[in-house]
Amino acid sequence: MIGMFEEGSIFTQLFVERLNYFIYVVLLMIGLWAMIAKNNLIKKLIGMSVFQTAIILFYVSIAVKEGATIPIYLPEHDPHGSHQPVGAEGSLEIADQSLPMQPPAPSAYTNPLPHVLMLTAIVVGVATLGLALSLCLRIYRAYGTIEEDELLAKLEEVDARTGSSMRSGRRRRAFAKKPKEGRAR
Amino acid sequence: MNDPIIWIILFPLFGSIAVALSGAWLRKACHPLAVASMLGSTWAAVETLIQAIASPSHEVSYLLGGWSLQLFPRGVGIEFRADLLGALIALVVTGVGLIVALYSRLPVERDTPGREPVYYALFLLQLCGLSGIALTGDAFNLYVLIEVAALTGYGLIAMGSNRAAAATFNYLILGTIGASFYLLGVGYLYLKTGTLNMIGIREAIEAEGASPSVSTQVAFVLVLLGVMIKMAFFPFHAWLPKAYVHSPTTTSCLLAPLVTKVMIYVMIRMVLTVFGVEFSFEYATWTEFMPWLTVIAIVAAAGMALAQREIKRMLAYLIVAEVGYMTGGIWICNYYGLIGSIFHVVSDACMTLCLFLGAGIILEKCKTTRFDGLRGLFIKMPLTMTGFFIGGFSIIGLPPTCGFFSKWYLITGGMVSQRWEYVITLMLSTMVMVVLFFRLIERMHLAVDESGRNLGDGHGDLGLSKDRKRFDEAPPSMLIPLLIAASVVLLVGIYNQDLVDQIERMLQPFNLPTGVHYR
Repeated sequence: MIGMFEEGSIFTQLFVERLNYFIYVVLLMIGLWAMIAKNNLIKKLIGMSVFQTAIILFYVSIAVKEGATIPIYLPEHDPHGSHQPVGAEGSLEIADQSLPMQPPAPSAYTNPLPHVLMLTAIVVGVATLGLALSLCLRIYRAYGTIEEDELLAKLEEVDARTGSSMRSGRRRRAFAKKPKEGRAR
Repeated sequence: MNDPIIWIILFPLFGSIAVALSGAWLRKACHPLAVASMLGSTWAAVETLIQAIASPSHEVSYLLGGWSLQLFPRGVGIEFRADLLGALIALVVTGVGLIVALYSRLPVERDTPGREPVYYALFLLQLCGLSGIALTGDAFNLYVLIEVAALTGYGLIAMGSNRAAAATFNYLILGTIGASFYLLGVGYLYLKTGTLNMIGIREAIEAEGASPSVSTQVAFVLVLLGVMIKMAFFPFHAWLPKAYVHSPTTTSCLLAPLVTKVMIYVMIRMVLTVFGVEFSFEYATWTEFMPWLTVIAIVAAAGMALAQREIKRMLAYLIVAEVGYMTGGIWICNYYGLIGSIFHVVSDACMTLCLFLGAGIILEKCKTTRFDGLRGLFIKMPLTMTGFFIGGFSIIGLPPTCGFFSKWYLITGGMVSQRWEYVITLMLSTMVMVVLFFRLIERMHLAVDESGRNLGDGHGDLGLSKDRKRFDEAPPSMLIPLLIAASVVLLVGIYNQDLVDQIERMLQPFNLPTGVHYR
């Protein structure tokens, strides 16, 4: 425990230097667990949202840069003056006073791309969630449950009735009389 | 119209909007509109392939939004780049889409009465997504297109019965996990290389040289894991059979030949173009265990296919087995194996299309696809069954169908790499396929029921009533697409050398090993 906060120890690496990765992995695992292990379909979908949000957190956190500014090219930065603010009367004097500023160096900008990518990922996530919820609605209307084990039991019943289950075929063969001739089961 | 490459996806995209709008007051226009946009798309794919073959670098590039490659480095904007491989897969996707669109009029009317505009809009968007996957040169754009294809796929499957909706839910959960893993992997790649352009990523990874960073390795695992879930590789296959069995006929005809095959293409693209041959085959240790995983996948899927008593379900497990073939062809990491793998993507798309179109007709005419309802089908529908079994023989690998030649290259690759486990499994599963299809033929020609009892009185008597023996062929709107698909299977087989020449040309820049083993 003595060297806990020293540079390079596991504790520092996890909770100080790479806290964002730590959080995103924990969220990811929570989401994955909920998607696979939960019995209720809506809880599965909540897990899916957590899972997708964890990835969004990952992308956004890798774009963070301390003390940086948004990458927007302001009108004052334009050396040609086409966008220079013009005074209230449009007089030359005021326009002359606002000389072009130096834009910040490129290294002072944050990278906008991960955020833009995540906008797309959010849209995809919303579409998936909407579709999944409408599927849940349909499943509930048809089978009267959104608990997975009850649903599976009902589906098994339906399959046995329509004869499209692979298990029903086996069952029927087990009860059928032993074939007399060996060929062509 | 100077850039046919972009029209490959624009035709179905605008087509789906037109279908959705016009369908509101003229429902009859949906089917012709869908066929017309797929015709346009197929034309554009053919043009792109011709351009790609003719151009000196064997690729066609299109920069979305018109950003110029001279002013900005690669990766500032999204690039659509069709090398021979991408153009070939795009042609397969649009061709299959065209044939299924032709076929779809009757089954769509029956399966989704009154909702044709929605169905065809989703149908075209699905093809837009799939052909986009084949063409894009941008790793994140690939994710978006994968999700476009997946979301429309869920919709297309769930438009069937309530049972289909329940099956879609599982597919949706697993599909989302797969796509999210891919997205995460792309995030690590971006973190490490600072670009999303596939070529740019490979240049950065190659610059790392013999000691690739941990981020790259993590990205490799995540990306391929995601792709393997999406392609229904064996332990992750659970979503596929249920989704394809319960979906409407047209949906299974469209998705079964394309979705898994396009994801195999993504895996090939990741290995060759994004991570580079050196990294994938030399520094990542996947070549050690992947052939064994494919062996398990093929054996398990073939066994499960044997246990089925219903055509569509059996075909669904066959797809899982074929995914094992193609993945193995990649990971024996050999020149011939990769030729076989790419060839098999093409031929498997053709033959699975053939089989599912045939199964759709059987379902339409007999109202069942269970094995015991098939007696006497060869007398009733000789043309349909011929088409169906040309697909079946191609799965087995009988010459001159295309399945023979692609399997030939796969086995050659396995032998050259001395992965005997893979070679033996391929032979073994061929035997299983023989059993599967000749069992069907037997059901149709012999008067024996499920428990082996003889029903007729011998001498070719099928023990059927007269009306079940009457010639009663499928309607031409369904039969002709099936026969086109069957003739494509034969033509690809007969002209296999031309196709292999093109595949060899596309593999040349990658310097793949032709000798024993990469390591």
